[in-house]
Amino acid sequence: MPLEPVVPLLPEVLGGPTHHHLPLLLDLSFREGYVRSIIYVSLYVSLTAVALSTLFSVPVAILVGFSEFPGKQFVKSVVNTGMGFPSVVVGLLVLFAVSNQGPLGSLDLVFTREAMIMSQFVLATPPITAITLAAVSGVDDGVRDAARALGGTRLDVALVVLKEARYGIATAILAGFGRAVSEVGSVLIVGGNITGADGISKTRTLTTAIQLEARQGQYETAMVLGAVLVALVLTVNAVVVHFGDEGVAG
Amino acid sequence: MPIQRRQFVAALGAGAIASTAGCSSLGGGESEAAGVSGETLTLTTTTSTYDTGLLDAIHTDFEEMYGVTVDAVAQGTGAALESARNGDSDVVMVHARGLEDEFMRNGYGVNRRDLMFNDFVIIGPESDPAGIQGMGSATEALTAIADAEAQFVSRGDNSGTHTKELNLWEAAGTDPGGDWYQETGSGMGEALNIANQQGAYTLSDRGTFISQRSEIDLTILVQGPIEGGPEILANPYGIMAVNPGVHDNANYDLAMAYIGWITSPGVQSSISEYQVNGEQLFFPEAVSEDPDFQQYVPEGWSSDSSDE
Repeated sequence: MPLEPVVPLLPEVLGGPTHHHLPLLLDLSFREGYVRSIIYVSLYVSLTAVALSTLFSVPVAILVGFSEFPGKQFVKSVVNTGMGFPSVVVGLLVLFAVSNQGPLGSLDLVFTREAMIMSQFVLATPPITAITLAAVSGVDDGVRDAARALGGTRLDVALVVLKEARYGIATAILAGFGRAVSEVGSVLIVGGNITGADGISKTRTLTTAIQLEARQGQYETAMVLGAVLVALVLTVNAVVVHFGDEGVAG
Repeated sequence: MPIQRRQFVAALGAGAIASTAGCSSLGGGESEAAGVSGETLTLTTTTSTYDTGLLDAIHTDFEEMYGVTVDAVAQGTGAALESARNGDSDVVMVHARGLEDEFMRNGYGVNRRDLMFNDFVIIGPESDPAGIQGMGSATEALTAIADAEAQFVSRGDNSGTHTKELNLWEAAGTDPGGDWYQETGSGMGEALNIANQQGAYTLSDRGTFISQRSEIDLTILVQGPIEGGPEILANPYGIMAVNPGVHDNANYDLAMAYIGWITSPGVQSSISEYQVNGEQLFFPEAVSEDPDFQQYVPEGWSSDSSDE
């Protein structure tokens, strides 16, 4: 799990200021631990969904990118269409699947983080697949031919292409993460926006918390949470770019 | 002989206890003594009970008493009942008697209790372009708004408040429509904000209005029954368990424990003590010397009518 190192760090970076500094500017009546817990749920759900989606999408994109078959353009079109799929519709489909009446009803997944991960997996997969596919296809044919000429196996050639396309793939993963962490429609429907009576989030994410504040007309609080969300996405992007550069240097 | 008999009884008793103990340790290896400890109760409810903070304020007590977790999902009456209909919740707390009755008649809900009430109020700008201030009739007020074509914001989301609003228009004999009537499809808080920005009228439950009053310029123009207004603006909340005969995965035991708990004298007084901005939001009605039989059955039902 990539979560372990990230989560203990972030409350220091983000939860801390929200608790200690912002109440001076705005009257935030959040209980201790509330903002931290919704940041945790946001990260847990979106990072898990993106990790699973990456494990699925990147091999698929490489497979499609490396092979020629009739209907390849059609597959690409389907994947590209998926990038624009409304999250609300995905939420409804996942709700239909996990609801007690649905095919996965016996698993009791409705209003759980697992259901939220499922819907974000569906949302993150098309952008990660499509952008990875574009990145892999964009690798100069010369590189491929050279690797093959040097006696590389199919796997060697794939690894060389992966290395060449790593920035594109990192962009793909970040795009998937951006789509997952910022969507509100599906997690609201399948997760239920639940916070316990102790003020600790169970299925409430930053986006659904923002939606809740807006519903109550607390627009200022909603804006503060929005700023936290932007800071969070910025941090994740910075971390990925940082490690990407280090990888190049090393 | 008597001594012998007593010893026999004692031995029998000890044997019975031992065998019961054996049974329970064999049969219920993972369950705690209470049998519900560690379980989760899913409550689907309306935005008005959740957004006012009432549920968070009282649920800790239930969670500690039974060692369980309550997942409260705030959805609006229509959606809350639909979740229950699909078997995705165990207990529902809503405020639209007509929809509750339909839910029970269709067999999805059992053991309905009246829980608490507050009232609806008609909110609008101080300038009051339709001149409805102080009207004793909600339907006359709506007719005046429609005649003046003054801006009116509707929830438009199939919530309990929206249902009430539509019933009021129907009772007023007016079919609202035109530029002045806007369906927002949003929660009460958002609807109040939209009405505030546009200087429009709207129908609100008193609780949400009180909890948001400090941030908006709108005022109560037609009072509900709590402040002497017409009875038609009453806003009663009911609670029902999901029928375990329809959805066998519904946590019926815990749902009934919850209904028992929330209709108990102690929790009913916690509800009446719950205040926002120094004002009471909900008035308990579950505890009564003279219980209203209509709470257990669809409204207007009587045992000697062939109502079904």
